Amino acid sequence: MAPLPVKFKTKEDFLSFKQRSIEQYEKNRCYLAVCGDTGCSVQGSKNLYDQLEIYLRKQGYTENVKLKCTGCLGLCENGPLVIVYPQEIFYQRVEPEDIEEIIEKTVIQGEIIERLLYSDPVSGEKYIYGRELPFYKSQLRNLLEANWKIDPGSIEDYIANGGYAALVNAVTEMDPGAVVEEIKKSQLRGRGGAGFYTWVKWEECRQQTGRKFIICNADEGDPGAFMDRSLMEGNPHSVLEGLIIGGYATGAQEGIVYIRAEYPSAVEKLKLAIDRAEDLGLVGENILGSDFNFQVYLSIGAGAFICGETSALIASVDGRIGEPVQKPPRLVQNGYLGRPTVVNNVESLANVPLILRDGAQKYCRVGTEKSSGTKIFSLVGKVNNTGLVEVPLGITLREIIYDIGGGIKEGKQFKAVQTGGPSGGCIPASSLDLPTDFDQLSSAGSMIGSGGMIVMDDETCMVDIARYFLQFLADESCGCCFTCREGISRLLEIVKEISDGSAKPGQLELLKELAGVVKDSTMCGLGQTAPNPVLSTLRHFEEEYRAHIEQKHCPAGVCRELITYSIDQKLCNGCGLCLKNCPAGAVTGNKKEPHYILYDKCDKCGVCTTVCRAEAVIKQ
Amino acid sequence: MKKAIVLGFEVPRGPDGVSIVALLQAIQDKYNYLPEKFLRRAAREMEVPLIDVYSVAKFYKSFSLVPEGRHQIVTCTGTACHVRGSEKITEEISRTLGVEVNSTSPDGEYSLKCVNCVGACASAPLVIVDGEYHGNMTPLKAGKLFAQGAKGKTAVS
Ligand SMILES: Cc1cc2nc3c(=O)[nH]c(=O)nc-3n(C[C@H](O)[C@H](O)[C@H](O)COP(=O)(O)O)c2cc1C
Ligand code: FES
Repeated sequence: MAPLPVKFKTKEDFLSFKQRSIEQYEKNRCYLAVCGDTGCSVQGSKNLYDQLEIYLRKQGYTENVKLKCTGCLGLCENGPLVIVYPQEIFYQRVEPEDIEEIIEKTVIQGEIIERLLYSDPVSGEKYIYGRELPFYKSQLRNLLEANWKIDPGSIEDYIANGGYAALVNAVTEMDPGAVVEEIKKSQLRGRGGAGFYTWVKWEECRQQTGRKFIICNADEGDPGAFMDRSLMEGNPHSVLEGLIIGGYATGAQEGIVYIRAEYPSAVEKLKLAIDRAEDLGLVGENILGSDFNFQVYLSIGAGAFICGETSALIASVDGRIGEPVQKPPRLVQNGYLGRPTVVNNVESLANVPLILRDGAQKYCRVGTEKSSGTKIFSLVGKVNNTGLVEVPLGITLREIIYDIGGGIKEGKQFKAVQTGGPSGGCIPASSLDLPTDFDQLSSAGSMIGSGGMIVMDDETCMVDIARYFLQFLADESCGCCFTCREGISRLLEIVKEISDGSAKPGQLELLKELAGVVKDSTMCGLGQTAPNPVLSTLRHFEEEYRAHIEQKHCPAGVCRELITYSIDQKLCNGCGLCLKNCPAGAVTGNKKEPHYILYDKCDKCGVCTTVCRAEAVIKQ
Repeated sequence: MKKAIVLGFEVPRGPDGVSIVALLQAIQDKYNYLPEKFLRRAAREMEVPLIDVYSVAKFYKSFSLVPEGRHQIVTCTGTACHVRGSEKITEEISRTLGVEVNSTSPDGEYSLKCVNCVGACASAPLVIVDGEYHGNMTPLKAGKLFAQGAKGKTAVS
C-alpha cells in the first residue's frame, strides 16, 4: 500500500503521491486480474477470487503473485475471466478446478493452458492474448481500458494510471471558463440519450451566480444497458473526477450522484471512491489549496424509470415522487432547490478527465464530425460475444454486431437490433450499414440512446417486442399527462389484440394515428418517445403485424395464442422426458410409445422442446 | 458518505438534509416493508402531511406497504432477459411456488417480483434469490431451483 493519506495541499503533494503510487504499481507486475463485475460474479467469479487467494496463501506465493479484483473486462458472455499479467494471457470460463494449473503452469512456468483460451465461435481459432481477440481488436477502449489495469477500490491504482491529473491540472492551472472552453472544443455530447452538447449546459450554469448543483445521472433505467454500471463498478474514480471537474467548471460546489438501487455493487464502489477522494482532499474544502470547495452526496433511486428524466430525477433527489415538470424554466435556471443545476450522464462525465488529459484536439480525432469520441454499447441478446464494447462513434452497426459481436448465436438469421431502449426502436438488416452516431440512427426511427444494443434473431417476434416495451412504458408512465397514461395503455391494448389474434383489420391504422397523438401531446421525453418501439417495428416489419392480424399466425413462433405444440409421432421414441418435465401435466403416453400433447392443458411454456432429445416436438 | 440519524435509522444525507425517500429506504431495508406506524412517524419527523409520505411509498417500486416474504425472489424482465425468454421463467417460478407476481405466498415464505434489468444482461435471463444471482436460466432450471421449496423444505439457502 502507498503511504497513508495526507490531504493534498498543493500540486506537488499530488505529484509525489502519484510517483509513489506508480512505483508501488510497477512493483506488482505479476498479477492475476479477476473480473469482479456483476456480470462475471453471476458466473461465479467471487468464489473463484476467494479460492485463488486461498491457494496463493497456502502455497506461499502472496509476495510475488498479486491478485486484483477488477471491473468489467468486457467479454461477459465467456466469464469468469482471468487475465494473467505481465504477459496479459487471457483465460475465459475459468473454474475453481483450474486454479492450480493456472498458478503452477502459467504463472510460474509461463505455459499456456489451451483449454482456457478463447476460441472464435465461427472460425474456431484460439487466441492467447486479450488484445488479439477479434472482440477487442475492432474496439477503441479509451474509457474501458483502465478496467483491465486497476482495482476499483484503490485510488492509488487510479492515480498511478494517470487519474486525477486532469482535475489537479484544472484546479491549479486553468480557470473555469478555460475548462468549459476545452470541453466545447472537444464537442462532447451527452451520453445519456439526447446527445446534447455538454459545454452548453456547463457554460449556462457557469454564468449563473449563487448556490449551484451538478448531478450525475446514474439511474440507467434503459433495460438491457449496463455500461454506466460497469463504469461505476470498474472505474468509479473516473466518474467522480469528471463530476468534480464539472463542479469546478460550472461553479457548483455540491455534486450529487443519483444511482439506482438495483446496482448494489456500484453503490458500494462509489461510496468507497468518494470516501477515498475525501481522505486525500480531492473532495472537500479548499481543494489543493485553492478556494474551490466541493462536496459529493449519494442519492439512491427507489425504482422508477421516469426518474432518469432530469426534472423527475430532481424531484426524486428532493424526496418527492418522480414527476417531471414543464420546461421552461430550464434546470440551469431553476433546478434542485430552485437553484441552477446541471445534470450529466455517467459516461459523459467519465469522458471529461480524458478530454482534459489528452486535450480536446486529440479527443476530436476519434468519431465523426458531429459525434466525437467513443461510445460504450452493451451488446446483448442473440449475439455470440455479449458484453461491453467501446467503439468510435460512427462505426456501422454491422461492424459492431459481426466483427466485434461475432455474429448471431447458433448461426441463426439476424432480424433486428433494438437500440435506445424504450425510447428507441428496432433497426432491420437493411439498415445495418448505418453509422452509429447521434443523428444517423434517428433516420432509421431509432436512436443511440444510452447505448443498449439488443440483437434479435428470427425467433424474436416484433409484435411481441412492441408489446413488451408498451407494457414497460405503461407501467412506468408517471401518469401525469392524460395522453401518456391513457394513450400508452390503449396502444398496448391494440398490440395485445394483435398478438393474441383478436385484432380486426384496420387496427394498424388506428395504432399509427394514436401513436402520433401520444407523441405530440405529452410533456416529457418518456411520452414523446413512447410510440417509437411500435412505430419502428411497424415501419420495418409491417408484414409481420399483418400476418398476426390476417393469417392469425406468428412467424417467429412467439405469440402464445397463435402457436401450438405437438409431437411428431414418427420421431418420438417414448422416452418420457417431456411427460416428466411438463409443468402443466399436458403430456400423455405410454413408455416407449409416441406421446401426445393435450391441447386444452398445454400452456405453451416450451419446456418439452428444450428437454426432447429426439427433436420430436413441433411448434407451429 | 454523509449520514444522519433519523428515528433511529442511519440515513444518507443530501445537500438539503434527509429526504423522505431516503428515510423510507432505510425503513424498508430494515423491515422489508414500510410499517404504518413508521409512515406516521416519518410524516411527523419530516413535518409533512401523511399523504405526502404515503404517495412516495406508493409511487416507487422498491417500497412495499405489506410485509414481504422471508425469501425474496426477483426475476429480471429487462429487454435482454425478455428476448431470451424470461417471461416463461417467471411463470414457472410462480407456478412452482404458488405465488403470484408482486405478491407473497400465503405462508409468508416467498415474495416474487419482477425488475427491469439488473445490469447483468450477458447472463440473461436472470433470477435473483435473496440477493444471489442465477444466470442463464431456463424454465426447467428455475423449476428445479425451487422444486424442494414447493414441497415445504427450505429450498433456497
Ligand atoms: C424517460 C427518460 C429516462 C431517462 N433515463 C436516463 C437514464 O437512466 N440515464 C441518463 O443518463 N439519462 C437518462 N435520460 C436522459 C436525461 O433526461 C438527460 O438527458 C441526461 O441525463 C443528460 O445527461 P447528458 O447530457 O450527459 O446525456 C432519460 C430521459 C427520459 C426522458
Ligand atoms: S435485461 Fe435482465 S439483466 Fe439486463
